[in-house]
Amino acid sequence: MTTEPCTDFPRIAPIGLDGVIVQFGPALSEPANRAALAFRAAVERDPPEGVEEISTSLVSTYLRFDPLFLSLERLSADLEARLTQDDWYAAPLPEGRRLLRIPTIYGGEFGPQLDEAAEAAGMSAATAQRELSQARVRVNAIGFAPGQPYLGTLPEAWDIPRQSGLTPRVPKGALVVAIRQFVLFSVSAPTGWRQVGRTAAPLFRPESQTPFLLRPGDEVVFDAVPAEAWDRLSDDPMGGVTVEPLA
Amino acid sequence: MSLLEILQAGPGATVQDGGRPGYMALGLSRGGAADRLALAEGAALLRQPVRTALELAGYGGRFRADVPCRIALTGAPMRATLDGAPLAWNASHALPAGADLEIGGALHGVYGYLTLGGGFDLPEELEARSAHLNAGLGRLLEAGDRLPLAPDTGHETGLTLDPMDRFGGGVLRVLPSLQTGMFPEDMRARFVAERFARDSRGNRMGIRLLPEGEGYGLTEGQSIVSEVITPGDIQIPGDGAPYVLLYECQTTGGYPRIGTVIPADLPRVAQAAPGAELRFRFVTRDEALEAEGAFRRGLENIAVRPLVRDPADMPDLLSYELIGGVTAGEELS
Repeated sequence: MTTEPCTDFPRIAPIGLDGVIVQFGPALSEPANRAALAFRAAVERDPPEGVEEISTSLVSTYLRFDPLFLSLERLSADLEARLTQDDWYAAPLPEGRRLLRIPTIYGGEFGPQLDEAAEAAGMSAATAQRELSQARVRVNAIGFAPGQPYLGTLPEAWDIPRQSGLTPRVPKGALVVAIRQFVLFSVSAPTGWRQVGRTAAPLFRPESQTPFLLRPGDEVVFDAVPAEAWDRLSDDPMGGVTVEPLA
Repeated sequence: MSLLEILQAGPGATVQDGGRPGYMALGLSRGGAADRLALAEGAALLRQPVRTALELAGYGGRFRADVPCRIALTGAPMRATLDGAPLAWNASHALPAGADLEIGGALHGVYGYLTLGGGFDLPEELEARSAHLNAGLGRLLEAGDRLPLAPDTGHETGLTLDPMDRFGGGVLRVLPSLQTGMFPEDMRARFVAERFARDSRGNRMGIRLLPEGEGYGLTEGQSIVSEVITPGDIQIPGDGAPYVLLYECQTTGGYPRIGTVIPADLPRVAQAAPGAELRFRFVTRDEALEAEGAFRRGLENIAVRPLVRDPADMPDLLSYELIGGVTAGEELS
């Protein structure tokens, strides 16, 4: 096999019989994520006939289509043409994005691995908490479970590996960190990432008018609040989260 | 309001429909009936559009309606009786008010479907009524549940059909996926040559397969960026045993994929019971498109005919009863 150089991106690849991805890079980077979000928004404004669903992952725009109506060749040619129309890596992010401030309790029982994560990042727990709570991060993708965001990019020092083992279960609302990203868990699940805090943010409420709190492209700050705030946050249907539109 | 009461439920009974397409970007896979063909067959036997049905994983349960209604039984054949008298599978029947409908274990396959005339009158959540257990939408049904029935405008019962055989494993047609070319050639050759046994681990998200020989994998598998997942994707996790994903799969994943089973063969994946033998065959895109066309035409034109009640004319029912090995459903919840 050959390893393709980065200059081969963006590239178009089929996913099964009825899907295609436009992949903007071999690994997560800010420009690749920006391109995926911007390209999705552009295609969504004027979707080719036969496309049934559009979404993004960390570095790709995904299109699901009816392969008996629209051929892979025709769709690929259409996408190729759109790719040349703009510098997607430098494109403005889609409109309608928001800034969410999510109150977070760091350390202690709410973030049992804050000390360990701080050590891996080469700083004290206090500095770690300050850096993490001041970072303004983007929802790079929502995936794995409903409403569950992958957020980045954290400062260089946070390029820490996953743990070698798995934490058998982190609670719903757990804020975990690894490889310059946060994940905020929408369900209780096992994870290889380290839990540094916990929020009461309602990421997925199927019974609500607005079931999904976050959308790809939104920006988030995980503000530090004291542990005493937990009862108040968990009683609040919004978990203390504030939302403001981004210009 | 008319109700179907669940007197007893198997361990994996849920309400299902065609699922919820359109939420992938928000982390929610489409879900819906594990065997789309069985859902369509149930609707065809009642001559109604595809709506909701009870999906019964490995084992049925006992049911009673408080009004006369119509039912269809499709998917993995299960022993069914009405007040103790045997009912033909792959057929529609009248269910008198208060009668005791009992559905036992699957004789082959995994998922049986009980469709009611008119379907269930349940509120929609995110534009569908199906349970998506992994997302916390809906839940497993249990004894004591009462499901409201939607009005039934149809009258016909006593229809049957010849189901496509998909309940005992077989050959799965596969398209290449993102990392297919990264697997060494000898491993790809082995992948299409050997037989796999459906492991006891499996559910609506996907099924695990045990290779005859050594495991599969990429040495550089750990560094692959997480990417969109589609039902049918064959992931190779760290333990080397392929995992074929179904409609309730996660929306993204980072394990390497050796291929993707085509949609037309997903009913065969879902219905492979623990121990069933599965094999893979790579096909061209043209062959996959042809199969998709045939599959859709099949879904739209399911041929039904009158059910003749003379036992001498029910060879398939008799053959089911001659085959032992009732599947336990405990692995499926």
